[in-house]
Parts: sequence; structure tokens; C-alpha cells
Amino acid sequence: MRLPPQSGEWIDRGQPLSFRFEDRDCSGFAGDTVASALVASGASVLGRSFKYHRPRGVMSAANHDVNALLQWGGIPNVRADATPLVAGMDLKAVNTFGTLARDPGSVLGWFSRLLPVGFYYKAFHNKRLFPLWERMFRAMTGLGRVDFATPRLHTPKRYGFCDVLVIGGGTSGLSAALAAAEQGAQVALVDENARLGGSTHGATELVEKVLIHPRIRVFADTYAAGYYADHWVPLVERGRITKMRARAVVVAAGAFEQPAVFRYNDLPGIMLASAAQRLIRRYAVRPAQRVVVLAANADAYRALEDFAAAGIAVTAVIDLRDKVPGEQYALVAAQGIPLYSGHCIVEALPAADGTRVAGVRVAAQGEAETVAELACDGVFMSVGWAPAAALLYQAGTKMRYDDGVHQFVPDKLPDGVFACGRVNGIHTLGSRLLDGERAGSAAAAHCGCGAAKLPSVPVEAESPTHPWPIVPHPKGKNFIDFDEDLQLADLENAIQEGFDNIELMKRFSTVGMGPSQGKHSNMNALRVLARATGSTPGEVGTTTARPFFHPVPMSHLAGRGFTPERRTPMHHRHAAAGAVWMPAGAWQRPEYYALAGQSRAACIEAEALVVRNGVGLIDVGTLGKLEIRGPQAAEFLERVYISKYAGLKVGMTRYAVMCDESGVVIDDGVVARLADEHFYFTTTTSGAAAIYRELSRWNTLWKMDCGLVNLTGAMAAMNLAGPKARAVLAGLTDVDLSFPFLAVREGRVCGVPARLMRVGFVGEWGVEIHVPAEHGAAVWDALMEAGKAHGIRPFGVEAQRLLRLEKGHIIIGQDTDGLTTPGEAGLDWAVKMDKAFFVGQRSLMAIAGKPRRQQLIGFMLPADHQGDAPKECHLVIDQGEIAGRVTSVAWSPSLQRHIGLAYVRPGMEAVGSRFTIRLSDKSLVSAEVVKTPFYDAESLRQKVEAAA
Amino acid sequence: MKIMTCPVNGPRAISEFAYGGEIRPMPDPATCSDDEWADYVFNRNGSPGVKREWWCHTPSNTWFVAERDTARDVVLRTYLYAEGS
Repeated sequence: MRLPPQSGEWIDRGQPLSFRFEDRDCSGFAGDTVASALVASGASVLGRSFKYHRPRGVMSAANHDVNALLQWGGIPNVRADATPLVAGMDLKAVNTFGTLARDPGSVLGWFSRLLPVGFYYKAFHNKRLFPLWERMFRAMTGLGRVDFATPRLHTPKRYGFCDVLVIGGGTSGLSAALAAAEQGAQVALVDENARLGGSTHGATELVEKVLIHPRIRVFADTYAAGYYADHWVPLVERGRITKMRARAVVVAAGAFEQPAVFRYNDLPGIMLASAAQRLIRRYAVRPAQRVVVLAANADAYRALEDFAAAGIAVTAVIDLRDKVPGEQYALVAAQGIPLYSGHCIVEALPAADGTRVAGVRVAAQGEAETVAELACDGVFMSVGWAPAAALLYQAGTKMRYDDGVHQFVPDKLPDGVFACGRVNGIHTLGSRLLDGERAGSAAAAHCGCGAAKLPSVPVEAESPTHPWPIVPHPKGKNFIDFDEDLQLADLENAIQEGFDNIELMKRFSTVGMGPSQGKHSNMNALRVLARATGSTPGEVGTTTARPFFHPVPMSHLAGRGFTPERRTPMHHRHAAAGAVWMPAGAWQRPEYYALAGQSRAACIEAEALVVRNGVGLIDVGTLGKLEIRGPQAAEFLERVYISKYAGLKVGMTRYAVMCDESGVVIDDGVVARLADEHFYFTTTTSGAAAIYRELSRWNTLWKMDCGLVNLTGAMAAMNLAGPKARAVLAGLTDVDLSFPFLAVREGRVCGVPARLMRVGFVGEWGVEIHVPAEHGAAVWDALMEAGKAHGIRPFGVEAQRLLRLEKGHIIIGQDTDGLTTPGEAGLDWAVKMDKAFFVGQRSLMAIAGKPRRQQLIGFMLPADHQGDAPKECHLVIDQGEIAGRVTSVAWSPSLQRHIGLAYVRPGMEAVGSRFTIRLSDKSLVSAEVVKTPFYDAESLRQKVEAAA
Repeated sequence: MKIMTCPVNGPRAISEFAYGGEIRPMPDPATCSDDEWADYVFNRNGSPGVKREWWCHTPSNTWFVAERDTARDVVLRTYLYAEGS
């Protein structure tokens, strides 16, 4: 029922909103939550409980009323108590069979004895019955309905920075924010409610001061979802996440009011006193007419004023405490309200239709006999608080149980983390102001702003929390966990069954594992366990708090696909030529160029034959391209590569293999000496970044007089190869192309400064042309144009793989693995053990004294081979045992044979001997060891000086 | 996400850094035994405590030394290798 306008109410009566709930027309105002609008419309049942389908209403009105979860179109599990009302909403309760009003699922309550604690755990013990239970549970459980047609939501993320992040905009948080800002800190203040003020519900002088302060940014309707290393806190707004990096964090998150445990404490109409106050003060809603107040602290008595102002008649105050302090007693006496001190509610009585509380039975604490039966349509409880300490735990705070306030309080806070207010065990309003000032000032000082003030904060005179707000009942239904419908006896049984550690009890009983994550149930569960095991709550301890503090919508977490991809300057030329792409490290490279109507294999074979018989052009700009200069450049290269470079003549290149410290081959490339103290060298495509980084580390460690530059992205590179290559290039360059094989020349190509290297990777006369990246496409175009008359074609990575295989050249990473030594890969000739030092040398010395494990050899299948050919990684089999594996294999169009490289055991490597390869279908193929290169054994074609 | 302080570029998110392993003295390859060498190459000390480690700020390719308490997950200090400890 809606009250007349209240001072400071959050609703806008000028903006009525209509919506539907369970196919009924309802109305509310802008500023309402769904729950406040429903209660204002007279609804008491907002949802059904998870297990027994019991009717449930408002309990906390503070984002842990998880029995009031609603389906809103495609959005499941909308929290009624925390979701702003939107015009036109069409809402349905999620966990009902039939309708909310008539839910045949509620019959489950009758069978609760057959649903013991740990029911799932026990049910699934029997393997044979597993499928039966699975089908049944899948049908019965789960909340909400996922609409797979829901459009994808893009939720922006942004980064935020501040000096002091204050979490919680209640009295202590406001005070902390103000104190920190006054000392000069840039402050961000976050609160999950629509307005600041916490339990003062808004417009105080303190709130005004904070809102106008130039150094305070306010994030209202936003929650701090977790704490991550070095003060990184995601702030979740309705349509955005701000990843806030703070220099200090003040946790002023307050406390959750805790329910008392008695039979039928879940009936609609029974709620926390703070929930009733929220409904009254914020939304001008009267949640009941005539109530019983269950009290155990000063908060309950202070709330009486709000209830009276809202026209709610208080039938009686039942106080769990034997002694009620005088000023509290005076408050009830003044209003003429009967007070039952030292009493408790043993049972709430449902109305005839079961949808609302109709009365309570009162008994003296610890006694069974009912002393009074009081009629009411609401019960407001204020018996204690549990700190909202999840973020403190996540930050690594050591907490201790304080017997003075019967709650966990921070004992040792991590560096830069501060706590104040109720979460710090400070409950009295004036003390919270002081505690906030203390924490805010200290946080600012931590950031170098001002000096920490140390106001003395008085300790609480009385505990705001009752240590045992729990009343057993032989017939149960005294709920501790409203998410999972766990009753007192369930936990007691779990403990009896041996799950008497807090973490075990949680997992077995599922207490605290529901959507509210134990916000209203963990403290009471812990008290039950402590009492049952004769220990203190401090000894029992709490379960681990993990992110997130409240559930975060998946749309907030989902990122946009971000797979950065590197492209060479000639990328668009390849695309225009029909390139089929393959990833190579971070790069995209043409695997081959597709021709209409031709198979992949035919395209690759044609590309290879063009190189063999005419001229082809391949983009090799993805190779790592490094430069080293300085007096010790040659010495540095000698230390990182296994070969010698000190004696390399200016204008010449040399193959280069790199090992790691264990003597395993990790990379290869070509080193070109451009001047005495100036080398240009390449690495593999995939190794480029890591090799450059590692070489930089060695250079840092060795402190040599030379410097490395990474030109990988700055240079384009292409390999022009084939018998007609020289003729194509001749007209485009000022370099005399008669320079020898393995030489390097600097000159111009198409007027662009270029480095030309005579290479033989594909086994024909070829030259690698390196030009500044910005000219890459122009040079490519010029070569393609000049090559037209010679039938030039671009070739891709697959054709290059085939061509190099015909030459027996290995590819690091394909023909080697994480254990391959140079000797095993047939690179003994490159290893210069007589050098003073190179990385891997000492390990290779040790390995040299041991028998070799394997040897890379070339092989051919018989000319008359029929059927499937081996593939990479097929195993070499010798006398039924694995004796090696195939690393490369291809059909060679030039040789008209299947050729390949394989590792075999020592003793099997003799040229001309035969071995067996096992295919995927387990059939065996015979192969013959062949000397490499397979093609042009004397390597005359690549060396020939006058191919024109 | 953790913050690490590059001696050249200042405090940056840990995602900008690459780990380069603990700084361990290399035994003299000329005089050490195979076992001593194998111990250097293959064995790592994983016990928690204060470590001197190689770290690289990858966007700027800056290698530096970080002293890190792996038991508490705290970076104690960072400095350039050339500047010594």
C-alpha cells in the first residue's frame, strides 16, 4: 500500500509507470524497484523458493531476496528488490510450476523428510540411478529461461583511475570520501543504491557535501564486484564496467541485516526491519498494517519511529535479550507497546491461504511453552548484522571474531586497504562518522595527500548483534538459507554426518551457495556449526569469499573478439590474387593462391613448377629482421649462434642456427655482413619476437659494445626465385646481378634502397629483396609487372615448403622439436665447437659424449607406391616398435615421387636401407633412406651465375 | 591485474611484461662438471621467497631486474641490470 508523500522519498509521483506481473496489470512510479512497486500494488508473494516452492516475499530489499527472481522477456533472474521499475515490463516469477499463485511444486514441502540434506550428493552416489536422477533434476531445477534468440549486447568497458576508492556511500563511506578529498586526494565513491546515504536513505547534509565536492566522483547504482591485485576493482554499472585502479581502497560496505531463525520465518510479511524501513522511507510503501517487531539491538527500537510515522501498528516488541537498555525500553513504553524481553518467536502462523503471516507464537527463550499468540500481518526483525566483508577477504584481510559486537572485524588489513563503519564493527551513527574520517584520512595519507588524522573512535557500548538468534522447532521449516531452503535440522544433520568443518558443511549442505552467496545465511550457519562443535565462531571461521560480490551479467563480462593479426605491406596484393590465408605466428600468410576450378593440391603443384621452370615471387616479410651494430657485433653473433661470423667477409651471408642453453635447436636464419661492425640477420617467422627479446636479454647480461634493432615490421621482404628470376630483376635494379651465391648487396630496386641476398632456400637462382615496408607493395607490383613476359606467379607457403623439402632444407619447429640437437637434425656441419663460447655449447659437449637418440634422414617411397602416402607425425616402425616419426612429406612433382624427412633410430640412417612407416589405418608403407637434397643434388641451379 | 614498475617507463599493467626467469649465475663452462652444468640448465628453485628475476617491458623491450617475494606476491623493487643491485 502506497503511503502519502514522504519527505526524501526516491519515487517520482509525476511519472507513473504501468507494467505486468504474472499476467496482471500493475502500476508504480519512476524510482521504484520492481519489488517496491509490487508491494505497493498489494502483492505479498513475489516468488517461489527453490526447493520446496514455498511462497516468498520481500526479505531484505537489499539485493539478496533471491526468491523474488523474475523473468523479463529474454532476461532471466531479474532481482525484484534491486532492479529499477521500467514502463511496460512484463514479468513472471522464475521458479514456478504452473503459476506463482497456484504452484503444484509446493507439494514438495510435504516430502521434505524425503529430501534430506546432501540429497544430490547421496542421490548421485549410485551409478545405476545416476541417469534417472539427472533427468529428474534437470527438469525440476535451474532458475530462469535462457532465450537463445536474445540479441548480443555490447557492454562498454573503460578504465578508471583515482587516488582513493571508497566502496559504500553510507555514513562512514561519505565521511571517508569527504575526509580523503579534503586532504587533496582524487576520490571515487561507489554505492549500489540509486542514491547515497545508506541507512539514512538520502538527502542529508553530508550527502550534499559529497555530491558537490570537486574532487569526488560519485558512482551511484554501481557495485564494486570484486577486489583484484594492486587495488583493481571492477565497478559494475547497469550498462558498463569501469575497471578502477585506485592507489588506496576504503571498504565502507556496511553490513547485511540477518534474519532470525524460527519455524515459518520465511512467510511473506516477515522481513528485516531494515527492509521495512527501505520500503517506507525510499518508496513510501507500507509493507504491513499491524506487526510484531523481533528485536535484539538498538536498531530495532530506532526503527519504531519509522513504523509509527508510516501508520503501522506495532502489536508487541519481542526482544531476545533478557535485559533491554533503559533508553530502548523508554521508547516502547512511551508508545505503549508491550515488550517481551528474554522471549523469542517460536513459530509464525500462516494465513489460511498460506500466502502471508497471520500471527506469531511467543515463548520465553529456551522454553517450549507458548506464552502468547499475537495476530499480525507482518514481522519485522532486527536481531543482528553480518559485515559485508567480501572485498576485504578478497584483498587478503585477516579477520577476527569480536565478542564485543559478535561479528568478524578486520584484524590486519593489506597495505593500502582501509575499512570503516559497520564492516569495521562500528555501528553507532556518530562513531561511523568518526571512523569514516579516520579511514578516509589514512587512505589519502597513503597516497601522499596530507597526514593521517587519528580521531579516537569509541567502541560500541552494546552489541548490535545477538550471538544466537536461532530457535529450534521439532517440526522444522525454520529456515537458515532462503536460497536453498535449508532448515536448522539440515545443518545439524550435515554436522552429524561428519561434515563438521565450515568448508565441508557448505559443500555438502549447499548453504551459502545460492544466488545470494550466503549474505543472509553464512553467519547463522557458522553459529550453528560453532555451537554443535563446541567451538567459537572465530575458531570455525568463514568460507572463502571470491568474486563476484553480486552476480555480474554475462554481457558485462563478454569481450569483443580481439585477435590482433599482422599483415605484410603486400597483403592486399595477395588478397587480390586469390590468396587462401594461413596463420603463421601473429601473421597472416598466403598458403596458396586459389585458381578457379582447380584443387588446392593442383594450385600448389602449379606454383612449385613455375618456380622450377620459370619464375615465382613469395612474400617473406614475416621473417624476423634484425640489425646489430657495434665493435662487438660479430662477437655477439658468435656467442648466440652455433657457427662463426667473425671471419665472415663483408658482403657475404651465412646460415645461422641458434640453440638454447640445453643445446636444443630453437631458431635459424641468415646472417649478412654489411660492414665490419654492421650485420643484418633474419629469424623464423614465429620466433621473431621471442628471439629478439632473448637476444636483447643476453646483450643486457653480457654488456657488450653493440646494439640490436628490430626491423621486422619496418622492412618488407620477398624472394624472387626461378631460372628466369634474374631476367625479371635485371631491368629494375642498379645492382650487378652477377654477384655470387650467398652474397649480399645494397643498392636500389625500383629506385628504392634495397638489400639483396642471394639465397637458395627453394633451390633455384633466387634473391631475397628487402626494402622499407612502405615501398613493399610498389616493388612487388614492379616485379610482377616485369615478370609478366616470363610467366611470373606469386607462390605461397605450401609451395615453398614443397620446394625446400625437395632441397632437403629443414624447417625449425616442423623438422625439429623441443628436444632436437643440431646433430640430430643433420646440422653438425654448422656447429663450431672450437669457438670460445656460444649458448648451448657446454650442453652439446656433454651430449657429444652420449649415444645419439635419433637422426633426421631423407626418404622416398617406391616409384610404384599405390594408395595413401604417409603424413607428418606418422610413426616409423621397426620390429613392431616405434623407431621414429615422419616430420615432412610431400608429393614432388619434379621428381614424380613421394619424398620426406623422418627421424629414425641410430643404425637405421644408412642411405639405401629401408624402413617401415605406419599410416593412420595401421597399414605399413615401406620407404627407402635417400641422400638429400632430393632435387639437384649438386645444388648447381641455385649457384649458377648466369641464369638469364 | 598487478602493477609492475619498469625502471624506464614507470608503473604499468603486468600484461605488458614478460618473465625471463630467475637470475642465476652461470657456472664456468670450461671448468664445471657435466652435473654442475646440468643442474644450472635444468633445475629451478621453486621454493617461495625473495627472488631476483629477469623481467622485460615488452612494448619498449626493456630488460630489468625485479626483486619479488614470491611467498607474498609482492614486487619489492625493480632496477636496470647495468645499475647493479
